[in-house]
Amino acid sequence: MSWLMNLIFLLIATAVVAWVFRFAGQKLSGYKPFFRDMPFAVAFGYVAGLLVLIGAVSYYFRPVDVNGVPAAGVIFFRWAVQGFIGFAIAAYLFRLFGRTVGTPGTRKLFRAMPLTAAFGVLVILLYALVSIFAGSIAPHGQEEIFANANIVPGGNPMMGGDPNFPLGTDQIGRDIYSRLIYGAQNTVGIAFATTCLAFFVGGSLGFLAAIVGGWLDQILSRTVDVLMAIPALIFALLLMTIASVWSNQLGIDRTLFMILIIAMIDSTRVYRLARAVGQNIVVMDYIEAAKLRGEGMGYLIFKEILPNATAPLLAEFGLRFCFVFLTIASLSFLGVGIQPPLADWGTMVKDLSQFINFAAFAPNVATAPLLAAGAIALLTVAVNFVVDWMLHKSSGLKD
Amino acid sequence: MTQQLLKIRGLKIEGKSDEVWNPIVNGIDLDLKKGEVLGLIGESGAGKSTVGLAAMGFTRDGCRISGGTVEFDGVDLVTASAAVKRNMLGKRIAYVAQSAAASFNPAHRLIDQHTEAPTQHRLRPRAESELDGIELYRRLRLPNPDHIGFRYPHQVSGGQLQRAMTAMAMSCRPDLIIFDEPTTALDVTTQIEVLAAIRDIVEQFDTAAIYITHDLAVVAQMANRIKVLLRGDEVEEAETRAMLSAPREDYTKSLWAVRSFQRPAKPAISTGATPIVSLKDVSASYGKSPVLFDVAFDIHAGRTVAVVGESGSGKSTTARCITGLLPPSQGHIEFNGEALPLDYRKRSKDQLRQVQMIYQMADTALNPRSSIGDIIGRPVQFYTGLTGSAKRKRVEELLAQIELEPGQYIDRLPSELSGGQKQRIGIARALAADPQFIICDEVTSALDQLVAEGILKLLAQLQDDLGLSYMFITHDLATVRAISDEVVVMKDGNVVEQGPKAEMFQPPHHPYTDLLLSSVPEMDPDWLTNLLNGRGVDNIGDAAVGKM
Repeated sequence: MSWLMNLIFLLIATAVVAWVFRFAGQKLSGYKPFFRDMPFAVAFGYVAGLLVLIGAVSYYFRPVDVNGVPAAGVIFFRWAVQGFIGFAIAAYLFRLFGRTVGTPGTRKLFRAMPLTAAFGVLVILLYALVSIFAGSIAPHGQEEIFANANIVPGGNPMMGGDPNFPLGTDQIGRDIYSRLIYGAQNTVGIAFATTCLAFFVGGSLGFLAAIVGGWLDQILSRTVDVLMAIPALIFALLLMTIASVWSNQLGIDRTLFMILIIAMIDSTRVYRLARAVGQNIVVMDYIEAAKLRGEGMGYLIFKEILPNATAPLLAEFGLRFCFVFLTIASLSFLGVGIQPPLADWGTMVKDLSQFINFAAFAPNVATAPLLAAGAIALLTVAVNFVVDWMLHKSSGLKD
Repeated sequence: MTQQLLKIRGLKIEGKSDEVWNPIVNGIDLDLKKGEVLGLIGESGAGKSTVGLAAMGFTRDGCRISGGTVEFDGVDLVTASAAVKRNMLGKRIAYVAQSAAASFNPAHRLIDQHTEAPTQHRLRPRAESELDGIELYRRLRLPNPDHIGFRYPHQVSGGQLQRAMTAMAMSCRPDLIIFDEPTTALDVTTQIEVLAAIRDIVEQFDTAAIYITHDLAVVAQMANRIKVLLRGDEVEEAETRAMLSAPREDYTKSLWAVRSFQRPAKPAISTGATPIVSLKDVSASYGKSPVLFDVAFDIHAGRTVAVVGESGSGKSTTARCITGLLPPSQGHIEFNGEALPLDYRKRSKDQLRQVQMIYQMADTALNPRSSIGDIIGRPVQFYTGLTGSAKRKRVEELLAQIELEPGQYIDRLPSELSGGQKQRIGIARALAADPQFIICDEVTSALDQLVAEGILKLLAQLQDDLGLSYMFITHDLATVRAISDEVVVMKDGNVVEQGPKAEMFQPPHHPYTDLLLSSVPEMDPDWLTNLLNGRGVDNIGDAAVGKM
């Protein structure tokens, strides 16, 4: 139990130091508002944060190799820190670039942009470019199979890599680098289209229900309740099974059915949000003024309600996009989503997942499944950074 | 008795907006002796409430005290630790907020919330606090004092809730109570009861108070001294009577002069003229509960009809019937002699155009995401079909008509305007339809008196220029006096009395009209005392004193 004793000791020490820190700050600064109004929890947070920082720095500089056995934890930690710093610098340069180049409007936008948002915009732009020009960027085709399977990422022949395949090959010999690039096109493109569709359908119906109320609201809301009562993934699976029969009969691409099905299931969540937000806006006097003017339903929804509902809807968009993304990956994993040989990040993670077991003694090998997972994570974080920034901007306008 | 209780010196408060600290209060001095009542008045944004809260050593989120001292009974609350303040607040300094309905926790009974502070501060056990609460309810003249405390906040009326909150502030017998506009949200008739109750209880317990309000007539009844604030600075301070009879500064004089605006009387309506709007025995109900009973009155061209009454009297419901939002269950409405379809959806575009509405809360009446140009431009385009530069020209004309510089305001958002400017935009939007008839629903009640006077003058000017007819819904009789030609008094969904303004303000009145008229606070500091004596309710505390 010595670790428990250590933890308790550490907590007590932190608490004491925090108290001293705040007390000294108050005395030395002559009760400046910063220290005077500082709750103890905040002082504790400052000290704890400092401790974590010290711990992280010491961990970073530990030796990578202990008696010939690679310390995988240190290696991954160093990669993470280097990646973090690298992205921060890239985001900073990108923002600097945006501030000096472009129209006055965009320059103003970049000037008020926090670094996190710059990072988000940069990543989303990169993903967009990669998915649009996937065909010309990727060195190989996504379906191309080479003789050498399971080449280790890194491109170093000494460690089992191959300079021709910088990120290695998968278990049947396809180039992971090329498949990652095509994956952006498939996964991101489909997820984006699906989310947009879900928002259009769910948002319009939700606002309509909020304005009209009565029977229409009852019918729509109860239908949505029924749809939401069925577990989403199982429902999607069921519908995909039916759709696959139809797609064979009608000769329509199965991916199209997948987009429609996921959009329908996710639009129920959007509907609920849009209806709740809409109901708060509909009672405003400016809606009444517009109704009395004789405005039609379309004007009410898109000119009066939508601009005032963007903040919560945008937040939901960021989240929903990530969920759709994961749903597609899950469906692909279960074999009804994006069909092989098309590259998809979800399938790639699944296919290479057993390599994660090598992490302890061969960090390079374990990287293979992490690449696709990292691509998903990076985009998720980036989207949410941008959404956060937009939310902040739109709420700042209100007061 | 003349012991110094509160001493504020050079109080500076800053507020954070756009990551920058801006000054809100720039160096206020304030002194308060034991048992004294100080009135703080000023327009919104003057820093009244901020100073009031700072007297407890407290600032709202996003604000901070950046300088000066707040000494309460010798303790500087600015540098005091949280523990010292915790022991002081509630027990020795109490606060009564503007909206009692929003300040009570709806999930607990009144008495539970009442006994919380004394129990927390270990003044007396809970059972004793309950008895004391009932005693205070009795002194504050709450109906059924033995049982009212065992109700939930939503089960009592607004005026009663405000008194229950005063009782709660009294529960620890504090030395200082801060009243932050306690009667602003109440009807005139209810306001009197609350004012009298507050004044008596403050006198009985010899409590010092800071009374924050924007209503001069109210502060004249309550305060020993008055301090006038303007944009975070003190304008002047004097004894109430001295201040009322001889204000020194120009700003104070302008505040005093607001109530003098009155329109010249118009010639009598020629008999047989067709009224613009005529309500023919209109009855209406929300669901199954009836709210209007055979309401009938006429509004003639170029005239202003003021509809007066307490909240819940059916004033706004009448407006909803005229606009067609609430189709009447019986009767009909004629416009220029022709019957209007009851439901607004069945009315033609031209019929809709003729009846426009200006709302009470400009904040909710203007789409916060549309620019001023779009808000006014939309009805212009919708009704007249003008687009492009012709539309913009018309919008600029309208902005000039409401006395706002077009070039400066046309691209702004509503959030970038002051309350009075927003209300002017509301007027411009109504004018954009080029109507004959405008319903003004409490358009000035959310505004400061100086700003409200500007709006009333603008409306009068527009009426003279464009020959508009107004239906003016209000509960403020000073407004009625200022702008109306005819008056309709409503109570519980019935028209109690109606007639030309001159007749309405002359006796004999209907008893309800009389109650309304006599309840409007006057600037005379003795008004409340005289009124209560006249009504036969004098010092209410006397009956209860024996028990203490």
